Amino acid sequence: MTSTAVIDKSAPTRTVKLRSMSRDRTWALRWSYFFLTLFAIFALIPPLYMLITSLKTSAEISAATNPWWVYHPTLSNYVELLTSNQFLTFFRNSALVSIFVVTITMLISVPAAFALARMRFWGSATLATGVFLTYLIPETLLFLPLFKMFVVFGDMTGIQLINKWYVLLIVYPTLTVPFCTWIMIGYFASIPKELDEAAIIDGASWFQTLTRIFIPVALPGLIAATIFAFTVSWAQFLYPLVFTTSTDQLVLPVGIITTLIKGDVFAWGQIMTGALLGAAPPLIIYAFLMDYYIAGLTAGATKG
Amino acid sequence: MADVTLRKVVKRYDEVEAVRGIDLDIADHEFVVLVGPSGCGKSTTLRMIAGLEDITDGDIMIGGDVVNDVPPKDRDIAMVFQNYALYPHMTVAENMSFGLRLKRYPKAEIKTRVDEAARMLDIVELVDRKPKQLSGGQRQRVAMGRAIVRNPKVFLFDEPLSNLDAKLRVQMRIEIKKVHQKVRTTTVYVTHDQIEAMTLADRVVVMNNGRIEQVGTPNELYHKPATRFVAGFIGSPAMNFMTCKLEDVGGKMHIRLTDSIIFPLPPARAERYKTISRTDKLLLGIRPEHITEASPHPEPGVEPFDVVLDVIEPMGMETMIYFIMEGAEICGRVNPNADARAGAPMRLAMDLNNMHLLNEASGAVI
Amino acid sequence: MADVAVERNSAAPVPKVRKRGGLRTALKRKSTAAFLMTLPLILLISLLVIYPAFYSLHLATLNKSMQRFVGLGNFQFLFTRETFWLVVQQSCIFAITAVIFKALIGFVVAHFVHNIPAKGQRKWRGMLLVPWVIPPAMSTLAWLWLFDPSYSAFNYLLAGVGVDRIPWTGETGWARFSVILVNIWVGAPFFMIMYLASLKSVPDQLYEAAAIDGANWWQRIWYVTLPMMRNIIAITTLFSLIVTFANFDIVRILTAGGPLDRTHIFATWAFRIGIEGGDIPLGASVSLFMIPILAIAAVFILRDINKRGNEA
Repeated sequence: MTSTAVIDKSAPTRTVKLRSMSRDRTWALRWSYFFLTLFAIFALIPPLYMLITSLKTSAEISAATNPWWVYHPTLSNYVELLTSNQFLTFFRNSALVSIFVVTITMLISVPAAFALARMRFWGSATLATGVFLTYLIPETLLFLPLFKMFVVFGDMTGIQLINKWYVLLIVYPTLTVPFCTWIMIGYFASIPKELDEAAIIDGASWFQTLTRIFIPVALPGLIAATIFAFTVSWAQFLYPLVFTTSTDQLVLPVGIITTLIKGDVFAWGQIMTGALLGAAPPLIIYAFLMDYYIAGLTAGATKG
Repeated sequence: MADVTLRKVVKRYDEVEAVRGIDLDIADHEFVVLVGPSGCGKSTTLRMIAGLEDITDGDIMIGGDVVNDVPPKDRDIAMVFQNYALYPHMTVAENMSFGLRLKRYPKAEIKTRVDEAARMLDIVELVDRKPKQLSGGQRQRVAMGRAIVRNPKVFLFDEPLSNLDAKLRVQMRIEIKKVHQKVRTTTVYVTHDQIEAMTLADRVVVMNNGRIEQVGTPNELYHKPATRFVAGFIGSPAMNFMTCKLEDVGGKMHIRLTDSIIFPLPPARAERYKTISRTDKLLLGIRPEHITEASPHPEPGVEPFDVVLDVIEPMGMETMIYFIMEGAEICGRVNPNADARAGAPMRLAMDLNNMHLLNEASGAVI
Repeated sequence: MADVAVERNSAAPVPKVRKRGGLRTALKRKSTAAFLMTLPLILLISLLVIYPAFYSLHLATLNKSMQRFVGLGNFQFLFTRETFWLVVQQSCIFAITAVIFKALIGFVVAHFVHNIPAKGQRKWRGMLLVPWVIPPAMSTLAWLWLFDPSYSAFNYLLAGVGVDRIPWTGETGWARFSVILVNIWVGAPFFMIMYLASLKSVPDQLYEAAAIDGANWWQRIWYVTLPMMRNIIAITTLFSLIVTFANFDIVRILTAGGPLDRTHIFATWAFRIGIEGGDIPLGASVSLFMIPILAIAAVFILRDINKRGNEA
């Protein structure tokens, strides 16, 4: 009898407490959603504004109507750009550069990462640290000496690299290879040592161990590194601005900025369309491979 | 199929000697277990046989050929690892056939061998799964299957059961023994678990500190340990050791354990120990099962003594008892019906027919 | 001794000498292979990173036509220029302010994302990372258009609530604010994603233990979350400091250093002098001033990375 009374007494207080806790939780959740919405708006305004402007005619833009609304949506900007030889050349140059750079990067960094992660040799630890340090050197420190180096190289050998799109194939790997090597070292090092020993006992050579065991097992890392290399080469702005000038040699970001911005006459509809098209490949990759993208992003600091 | 021979094998890492000159002959079809505490060099020895570690000095022969410089893949061995080391991106069948595929065996032959091994290990329905979808025991079977399909000269096992839970471990132990009885491949098996060693091995090699302490059948090691290390390592609970002295009382040889406890030695023992100096520091080694409750009709050589029990552990079919003698904790095994209570005195009996006498300084069993 | 040797020879017909030699060549083969696999990497780093880095030291000591050695002349000249000191000042303001806000916003947003049910986190995380995914040159164009002196979409909104039009890129103070804002917009998602990964790695038991010990929400952040995230916060911040300090794209596109060189940072000014002005040695001298900050940050990052290596 007494014990039930005790339970009766404690029961309401307990439910009250629970209720207040869950109410706290609900409010915390509401606030979280509220602020997340604010931040998401902040994050998405520029790309949305790109889209809005890209659907407008020049007349509507210069009429200074509500800039946040499209009254007469049109795809004319897209049609115009996608049928312009110049823009397609930029796109082709960007695609060529990115694809080649990704290939070169993988060919250099995967074997190097394998050697550094698994085949200890003289100086390998120092080299691994050096790779990471190299990643910390920004391109803004190197563009002037590199520019001068290519000029001197052209004078000495007669091979002009300046103002050729393929000069970018030489300089971009300095941005992609160190990081890709670094994250691949991390991925390779996380593969248990017994796995390569099992492969060796099964009769695999070092090369077979790399191609048939390590690369398939570390495929997520490989994809992350590939995405990184691609986005870096696609987005790079300073190097193409310095090393290429003729319109047929330009890549997309530089092409849009140097050809579409003509003095003060801003063709904003076209510029925004170009910017959106230029942002599309990385965004599409991101949309489909978000987990790999994020894995690559966080790998630099969480691995190794 | 082949025999394996180690001649004065040494492994040195920079300054540390992990293996200090091992001689071992393993006969064809034999199942040999290397056992010892961690860091005793057993795994290193196995890895040297596999070719995963270079040997610093000495020779290793497989099937009569020196393989010191032969890379692992040409030694015709197969190895099962502690964490299974299955290739995570391959199915069970692909895992098992990887080695054969690398050697470009005909497809039909690969299939036959994989099927056969899968049947033997009872994993036929798993062959198309990835390792991730398998339980620990199943992974262990696949790892063994990978070794079997290669049909190698020698199987090497590196603590293959330590990642399994206790129940599965016993089951897989039997499985391994069955497989060996079927394929009869020479096997070298490394473990730190002496029960595994005793139950599996034709011969057990007890290693300590980079050296072999003793080689023998499980029974030899249990009943005739050569050193204090082996005596203490083999058997669970471990053998008791207590300091003792030999004394002559009334022309008969006695063994004195404490001021008050002194037993006459059985005649066979007295004969064996008669040359030992009475002043030598000695250790009496006696297994727990030879310390039991005193019976009213003692057999010859079984001597009664009184102690106060410290702790008791009822195990069901027997009760372990612990008491202190001369500062050492001694373990005995009594009938669960015997009146054993913690803190209470009890009359026990020691079976001196099964005693071991050790030289305290050298650790050698006399 | 002698017959032991004989016995060994009879058992092992391979002479001992050859064995040792074979072992050594085997070792050599492995490290040679490893060296060859890293050779392209080594060549790339030494020819296209290390060499140009030292070459730029050499360039900085030449005159404009690069024919005469002027020693520290370029630096002396820089120290007398008012613009140089403006650039130093602006670079520091730019980098420090931007990094602080990126870190703060990233931390707060990461917490909000971590707070909501796991099911919806992916979607929010996906949206919030978009600024980092878009090539900065492209997104800065959108900002440039948003900040347009006559058509600014922001000013349109502000006019709606009665605020005067703001000269986003036209006036020193606002221009500095704008470049920093865009930088925060681009960089905060990176912090958010790093912090989120790190938040997820804090075991729930720690929070439960802290809750049982009577810690409130704030104490849990201070005593559990922050210490657990310390390393990630340090590395991400230092990392971002380097990237922000060496930034080029945003300032170049948004203001090109203007108005009146007031928003130039080292990289954009070096570009202006070295490429547009054709004075490569002077430009190289300017960019060299980034090295001290970068070196300090790099040393700290390396220390943290090594520490982590030792803990593992």
